Amino acid sequence: MKIVADLPSGLTALDRPNSYIGRSVPRPNLARLTQGRGQYVSDLTLPRIAHVAFARSPHAHARFKKIDVKAAKASPGVIAVVTGTELAKVITPWVGVLTHLKGIKSAPQHAIAIDRACWQGEAVCAVVAKTRAEAEDAIELLEIEYEELPAVVNPETALDAKTPIIHPELGDNLTFERKHEAGEVDKAFKDSDEIVETTFVFGRHTGVCLEARAIVADWNVGEERMTVYQGTQAPHMMQNLFAKHLGLAEHQVRVITKDVGGSFGIKVHTYADEMAVVALSKLLKRPVKFVADRLESFVTDIHARDHRVKAKIGVKRDGTITAFEIDDLTGIGPYSVYPRTSGIEANQVVNLTGGPYKCPNYRALARVVFQNKNVMCQYRAVGHPIATAVTEGLVDLAAMKIGMDPVEIRRKNLIPDDGYPCAAPSGIKFEKLSHHASLDKLVKMMGYEKLRAEQEELRKENIYRGLGFASFIEVTNPSAAFYGVGGAKISAQDGATVRLDAQGAVIVQSGVTEQGQGAEAVLAQVVASAFGVPLERVRVITGDTDNTPYGGGTWASRAAGIGGEAAWQAGKALRQNVLAVAASILQADPKVLDIRNGLVVDTDGGRERISLEEVARIAYFRPDTLPPGFQAELMATRHYVPRAWPFAFTNGIQSSYLEVDIDTGFVKLLRHWCVEDCGTVINPQLVDEQIRGGIVQGLGGALYEHCIYDDRGQLLNGNMADYLVPMASEMPDMDIGHVVSPTADSELGAKGAGEAGTAGAPAAVMNAINDALRPLKAKLLTEMPFTPERILKALGRV
Amino acid sequence: MSIAMHEISLSVNGETVRERVEARKTLVDFLREDLGLTGSHIGCEHGVCGACTVRIDGTIMRGCLVLAVQCNGARVETIEGASDSGEIADLQEAFQRRNALQCGYCTPGMLLTAQELLKSGGMKDRETIREHMSGNYCRCTGYQAIVDVVEAVAQARGGKK
Repeated sequence: MKIVADLPSGLTALDRPNSYIGRSVPRPNLARLTQGRGQYVSDLTLPRIAHVAFARSPHAHARFKKIDVKAAKASPGVIAVVTGTELAKVITPWVGVLTHLKGIKSAPQHAIAIDRACWQGEAVCAVVAKTRAEAEDAIELLEIEYEELPAVVNPETALDAKTPIIHPELGDNLTFERKHEAGEVDKAFKDSDEIVETTFVFGRHTGVCLEARAIVADWNVGEERMTVYQGTQAPHMMQNLFAKHLGLAEHQVRVITKDVGGSFGIKVHTYADEMAVVALSKLLKRPVKFVADRLESFVTDIHARDHRVKAKIGVKRDGTITAFEIDDLTGIGPYSVYPRTSGIEANQVVNLTGGPYKCPNYRALARVVFQNKNVMCQYRAVGHPIATAVTEGLVDLAAMKIGMDPVEIRRKNLIPDDGYPCAAPSGIKFEKLSHHASLDKLVKMMGYEKLRAEQEELRKENIYRGLGFASFIEVTNPSAAFYGVGGAKISAQDGATVRLDAQGAVIVQSGVTEQGQGAEAVLAQVVASAFGVPLERVRVITGDTDNTPYGGGTWASRAAGIGGEAAWQAGKALRQNVLAVAASILQADPKVLDIRNGLVVDTDGGRERISLEEVARIAYFRPDTLPPGFQAELMATRHYVPRAWPFAFTNGIQSSYLEVDIDTGFVKLLRHWCVEDCGTVINPQLVDEQIRGGIVQGLGGALYEHCIYDDRGQLLNGNMADYLVPMASEMPDMDIGHVVSPTADSELGAKGAGEAGTAGAPAAVMNAINDALRPLKAKLLTEMPFTPERILKALGRV
Repeated sequence: MSIAMHEISLSVNGETVRERVEARKTLVDFLREDLGLTGSHIGCEHGVCGACTVRIDGTIMRGCLVLAVQCNGARVETIEGASDSGEIADLQEAFQRRNALQCGYCTPGMLLTAQELLKSGGMKDRETIREHMSGNYCRCTGYQAIVDVVEAVAQARGGKK
């Protein structure tokens, strides 16, 4: 740890009386949540509030000629019935492209569809009523004449000449394509002793936030201000977009985010129906509330994954990996999602595949095509589960081909821990990773040899257990390289304002947001440590564009690493400011003073000199007693953005131990291990729980979660009974370990940890299932989710 | 179209409540919209996720699968009631310390479901806990911390009834 820099005490940050860095303190905001006293947007009501429900297209692709609204308008409680054409007078459409994704294209998307619906679930008309139930009653009375159009539902044929083009003005159904080549790929394959090829398929799935998307928009025509209460991960981004498309200045829009019932990347995008809500509020001059119900969540919350990757690896007899090659095809929705685009996941697959390994030869093709299905965009661990499963699946296949242990082949090929800084053949740059230390720690934690022996022993009793590994890298702490350079107004920097109140407590305002990860706890820990007060004297405010510094919010595992560093710097700055006041009062040199445990003390010896409350009292109420010309500044703001590296890559490795019931095809997860390196660990418990939660989301995608579409573009299992998510009884206990390689880009040295679990878990499970079934000569399983049916098919039993 | 209203009288967290409701109104909507008890959450409205778990006459039920009119004469308890009475204070404290909640949306339902298991008395092994909690979905934690807490509280309560 290097967070000692300019601390005057001579103590390291860890030794200071109020260092909370590295301590598992509980989050400050949990009591109210356990008492049912949270404030989620779903809970909110306002005077004159109206509720909106949307008529949604039952067809994947259809022209609608006429909407007869007469009966709906006359329905009890109805305030307004609004079509796309009418709403377009209030809000402009948008196009989800970024200039740094060369060639990406999309069509203008409206808040409510005009004339044509492009996926099952797209809103075609809004009904605003006094209650949601009355709005839904009126929806039933709308008469909408649809003319069904052919739907594009198969990515493999989306680019064929005979496939209809969803947006004819774009010329074809290709959203985005990226080709990349590094090293000497053909030569490397030629020089390989073995080449293994296979195809990996990743099912479409979605986030299923337990609180669905929720928004209340309140246009106050008297002050010409739009206040939006929204469960979002990026309040400032939404402020910018609402303003832009409503024709307002940014300062006319305030976005407030209180408690958010789950996000996982689902709530960081622009949703047409949410844009419609702000427009309806402006149109009707009253607050309008929308909470998606579960059925509409399934057809409107972004979906993710849905990639088909043809992949190839070359290997030498001694285990040296010679080359990776991938051909990735992904079918998104009819629009690239605004403003982050639906090209990022495929782009990440190209960036990340092969990333943990020192192999220099790499060829990749990624194509993103439009579909008449729900929109796809970035969900937790964007692209990582795909790239990791492809890479780690190939590595295991290569190992099997040459008869090498999966741990050994990784040892042989992972980038050496002393090999940094370096770059991957895809062009991504690594500051400092620890693949080997992580692997060594994992193998020890899990008792690898013993488990192998147990596996061998149980096979004699026809019990089939498997062990699977997945080394991975994770993108965290993104600089402007992620979105800003492509023209999106998404802040890469974040800020923190820290203020001493009149009783010596500290108030922190931060641009990052809290959706349960523990960002507020981390900010409090960092400020308490930097400034020198007990944690109970720190209060954190987030999620309000009127009252926080401009910032990006919480996504891409950036809150602790970027928001935390800004708070650290602000805490230090406030300490200097307060010591200047104290020195002035005490007629001492500020250099010989420190703040510890909420008191100003002598740096040497720690003798109490003056309390923070007394400093605040004098500065606020008796400034007349301070020397002439001296102005106390008991508030400090600092900002931070990573500059030395475009991203702070983290790394880790996971292992899954499971048992396959070869009669039923059911997979029982027995245990899961993860060792990861997110740099400085600010709160070990929070990091571990982020990883556990992330693992389980990855396990969901690997085993259960799948948005199943038929050939007419109808989602067949869009409800919680048919779309399976992990339950307590199916999930294993997970052991988490850490290696610590801080980033030198910040003083804290913290990298992100929110997506590591999701990145590696599917790959580990896939490899474990194939490991379990190997003695049975089962066909290789590479299509997620690994349902009992697929497993029995691989075993030739059905 | 005019929808008939029905008068109901029930006990909610120990208070007698008399209200007029539509027959179609679910209990959880009634609690949230008519009584302002927003601690019971809505996750799926089709009886799967457990976010709307409340107690009716002492037994946990899904607030989205019961109509308010069916609760005429019943004794309903929500997370607000269970919190204020102190009945689950140890469990709530343990959830906080172990970070057994992240976004907190499933938590009220989780707590009432856990309390039902704990009230049945005795020590609980992890498998039993996992089985009992399986009707309550959590998308954040991965469940392990929740299982840890229920196990620890069962021990702390001394396995007593």
